[in-house]
Parts: sequence; structure tokens; C-alpha cells
Amino acid sequence: MHQPETTPRQSIWYNYRVFPFRRPAELDGAAGMQPVVVVGAGPIGLVTALNLARFGVPSVVLEAEQQVSHGSRAIVLTRRSMEIIQQAGVAAPFLAKGLPWSDGRSFYRGQEVYRMVLPHDADDRFLPGLNLQQQYIEQYLVEAVQRSPLIELRWGSKVVAVQQHDEHATLRVDTPQGEYDLRAGWVVAADGGRSAMRRLLGLRMEGRAYAGNFVIADIRADIGLPTQRLCYFDPEWNPGNNVLVHRQPEGIWRLDFRLPEGETAEQALAPALLAERIDKILAMVGRPVPWELDWATVYSASTLTLGEFVHGRVCFTGDAAHLLPIFGVRGANTGLQDCENLAWKLAFVVRGLAPPALLASYSSERVAAAREICEEGGKSTRFMTPPSAGFRLMRDAVLSLSLEEPFVRDLLHWRTSRPHSYHHTPLNSFLDDDAQFGGGPACGATLQNVRLGGDDFLFDHFRSGFHLLAFAGATPSAEQAAMLRSLREQKAPLVRVLVAPQPTAEMAALADVVVADPGGRIAGRYAAPPGAAYLARPDLHVCARWLAPGAAQVNQALATACGRVA
Amino acid sequence: MTAKKLAPAELEAVYDLLSEAIDAVPEAQRELFLAKLALVLANMVGSPGQVAAAVKAAAANLG
Repeated sequence: MHQPETTPRQSIWYNYRVFPFRRPAELDGAAGMQPVVVVGAGPIGLVTALNLARFGVPSVVLEAEQQVSHGSRAIVLTRRSMEIIQQAGVAAPFLAKGLPWSDGRSFYRGQEVYRMVLPHDADDRFLPGLNLQQQYIEQYLVEAVQRSPLIELRWGSKVVAVQQHDEHATLRVDTPQGEYDLRAGWVVAADGGRSAMRRLLGLRMEGRAYAGNFVIADIRADIGLPTQRLCYFDPEWNPGNNVLVHRQPEGIWRLDFRLPEGETAEQALAPALLAERIDKILAMVGRPVPWELDWATVYSASTLTLGEFVHGRVCFTGDAAHLLPIFGVRGANTGLQDCENLAWKLAFVVRGLAPPALLASYSSERVAAAREICEEGGKSTRFMTPPSAGFRLMRDAVLSLSLEEPFVRDLLHWRTSRPHSYHHTPLNSFLDDDAQFGGGPACGATLQNVRLGGDDFLFDHFRSGFHLLAFAGATPSAEQAAMLRSLREQKAPLVRVLVAPQPTAEMAALADVVVADPGGRIAGRYAAPPGAAYLARPDLHVCARWLAPGAAQVNQALATACGRVA
Repeated sequence: MTAKKLAPAELEAVYDLLSEAIDAVPEAQRELFLAKLALVLANMVGSPGQVAAAVKAAAANLG
């Protein structure tokens, strides 16, 4: 019998709540079929469920524990992650609590050798980074899930067996009151890095794990520095290794450092040694202040991924699908892009709007993204934790040169998580005018947000479904009006967004959303002359764009993007 | 200070290439390998003055 911990976890700043286990009908003989079961109530599982609900698909979420994340874990959300969270309708508490930031400083021998400035566009709503503890991330998502009539979150429910069938899967669920079978049309495995689902299906990841352990310690201390990512290479107290410092809400600071070669996790977490090192880090930062430890753990870096994310009726997502190095904040941020990609496709399949084959594109698009991250993240990992004598010598050479030779300093920066482009996906239209545009997001890229006024952005006007951004002149042409009219009734949910310099009553009748663009700012960012249109998938990736499309072309592109043979 | 001539991606590729080349040489012969590499690069640069500037840049901050 599964017995999850029911005393609240210890924390000096977070008040853990133990959520009750509620006896499900299946324990008393009910045997219905759930359209989707999500395994894991971490950030990725919860956002998947919220997105499925957005597209009208109910789900059951199973979580083995009865509390949110133990420790602050994933603390940096990227701009793209915040856009995904905004689309899921839950951004407000994240922005109220989180600490936004956009730059970092790297030091070597007391000298600042690299200033990392993450790109920020005046048209973006969110800054490049937002620091927020995973406890809060999960709490805000759980609160949103509890408001949704389409999501049933079952705490204290651990999957112990999986059986695949042609049209469904059966999960054996262990609970504090016994075991039951749960039948699911589809299963989303979002159960994290130590995924039980991955183990139960006997799946192995490909790639490599790096030697070298890192300690993460969260302390409360009055450090009084701004929100920036601080990095110290090769400090005197920890030669050859490096230290990262991140500010979090509630006066908490994340310290992250590599252990000396050969030291075990147990040795590193021994209170006396850990305290000595925290003191040394605070002295190095120039703030030798009193502190209190909240949580500490040890991790190592991997670049591992499943080669296929969809297995029978089970779709893997987030850390359950891949283990990526955290340098460049690639864990939860990659997972959020995974589940943003998966949710609409799964919802369309469940609702009969797309064939199950559409899910193959989830796998191919996101496996390619994971492999790209393994390749890129591997470079930063080889710098942060050199795997051999040659890499160590070169790392030391670069650091030594960095003091006076700026040409090597780009090597001190690991690229930060960014949205991936699906340039080669079969969901893109190949009959459009992509190559004829002189700018704007190309097929496969994410749409570009645009500031419309003080606190008003293009993405704020989006809804759920495909979006057709149609650009009009002073008045829509007869062809454009006819296209918009005939796209009113669609099999797939389509939001017609008409962008015009001066919206008129006639335009309001042609579109679901009309956006005023008096200065032509949106048209400029999209390099769109009057008559042009962009078609974006529900995850806001462009799948077609034309200079002057008719309804037939849009319909064909919609069919292609839904995996239907047009 | 030497002028930046490699694009970031080229510099990353050179970094990996050199790291792996050093790993491929037995430890006892690495100094010899690196000295030969410096000579070959000096010949490619073709300028004693530039080689002297490179020696100065590499000699700084060793300790």
C-alpha cells in the first residue's frame, strides 16, 4: 500500500500544505474510461492538464505525493515559459511574486570577465528571466487546476504498473486505501527525471551523463544585491570549480557549486562542511552576512533523451522524456515547450479533429529540440564540468586569457534556453509564400509579440486554437473579406485576428478579434503588406504565411497542420 | 589585446577540437605537442611580430 508522507515538509520560508487523498470511484468498482490521464503533478503535468482543459478535454492528474515540490528546484522561468503560462491563463500570481531579470555577471580572480545581457525586445511583455521557487510555481498551477471543472487532481496516487492496449492503456494505481485500475485513452507521462512510467515501460534514454557533482543550497540571507545571475569561476576556496548565485523571492538565495573531484554527496552535504563553504561563498560575493539554510541537494549533469516520446498510448514530456543540463535553465523551460506542443495535438486527437498520427509530429519536433539542447548544453557542460584532461586544460587556458583577451570571453557564456523553431516539420505548409516575406517570423518560428500600448500586447488578445493573423489596409479587399467570411465555420478551432490601421464596424463582422495597428507596428514586425496573413498553430508556432491567401489555401494549411492528408 | 577573428561558433569548434586533440596525445608528450602546434600556427601567421604578441598574451596571468 502506497504511504506518501503526510507531515508537511520542513522549510524556513514555505508553508507546505498536505493535500487530502480522496477515495476515487474506481476503488469501489467503477470502471469508466478517462480520455487522458496525466501522471505527475509537477509544473509540466499541471500545465498539460490546464492546456487540455483550454481545448475542452478533461483529464485526471495522478500525483504520488500529497505536497508540492520538495525544495525550490527549478527557479528560473524564461520569457517563452511565461508566454506559455500566460496562454494557459495563470500568469498573474507568477508576475506578482517572481523576480524578473535580464543580465548576469561572471567573475574570475575578482575581475568581471563577462557580462551576460540576455536579448530583450521592446515588444516583449516579459523579461528574459523570472525567478520563482518551484513550490510557488506548483502552488499557483494547483490553484488554477482546482478552479477547472475539467481537471481532477488525485493526490497520493502512484502508478505501479502499465498495460498497453490498441486503443487505450490501463494504469495500476496504488493509494493509501489500496490499488485500482484506471483505463485511459491516452496517458501523459510527466513524472519527472526519475520517471516511473519510463521504468515501467522499460525505456532507455540515449546520450551521456557527466561526472562531477554540484551542490544546490538555498539560504535566507540579507545579501542586498539586485536580481542577476552571478557566476564565479575557479574561486580560491574551490580551485578548478565554479559557483553560481541566483536571487529568489522571500529573501532566499540559491548557491550552486561544483564539488571537488572525488567528493561524495554525503560528504558535501555534511552540515559543518556545507556551512564552511556557504561562509566562503558569501565572503567571495562580498556579503559576509548571517544566513540560515533552507534546503540543499546534490545533482549531476546529463544530456540524455528518449529517442521517441510517444510509445503506444503513452506520451512522455518534460524530464520524464529527457534529462538536460541545468546550465542555461533548460529543465522546466524545455518541459513547458514540450507540453505546450503536446497539449493541443492530444486535445485535437481526443476530440476527433486530427488523426492520432498528429502525435508523431510532437515526438519528432520535440526529440529534435531535445537533441539540439543536448548538443548545445553539452558545450556549456564541458566548460563547467570538464570531462577530461584536455577539456580541463583548455578551460583553464580560456579563463586565464579572459582577464586580458576579450576574444575568448564568448566561451564563458552558455546559451540560454530559447524557443525552438520547427522549420522542417511536416505540419508546415509547403505551398505558402514563406520565402517571399522580407522579415517577420518564418514558418516554424514562434509568433513575435508586439506592444500595442502601455500594458497592452498582441498576445493578450489571443484565445485557444489556431490563429489566423490577417493584415488589412484601410479597408479589407473583397478577396480578403471573402476569405475571412468563409473561414467562420471550421472543423478545427480557428481564431480570425484582423490587424488593421483603423478598425471599422465592417471589420468586426469579419473577424473574431480585431486589433488596431494605427502606426503599422504589427505589420512592420511581421513584414506584412495589406492582404498578407500568418497561420499559427495553437502553440503559436507559424505553420504558413501568404501574401494574399484565399480560404482554400488556409484550409489546406490547417489540414496539413492537423496531420490530415489534404 | 589581440583582435577577435573567430566567430563564436568557430571559436567553440576550435575549443572542442583542441581539447580532443590534447586528450588524444599521451600526457608525457603534451608539452611537445603544444610547442609543435605553436610553431605550425606561427608559420601560418607568417609574422614574427604577431608571434611575439601572442607569446606575451599567453604568458600573462599564468600564476
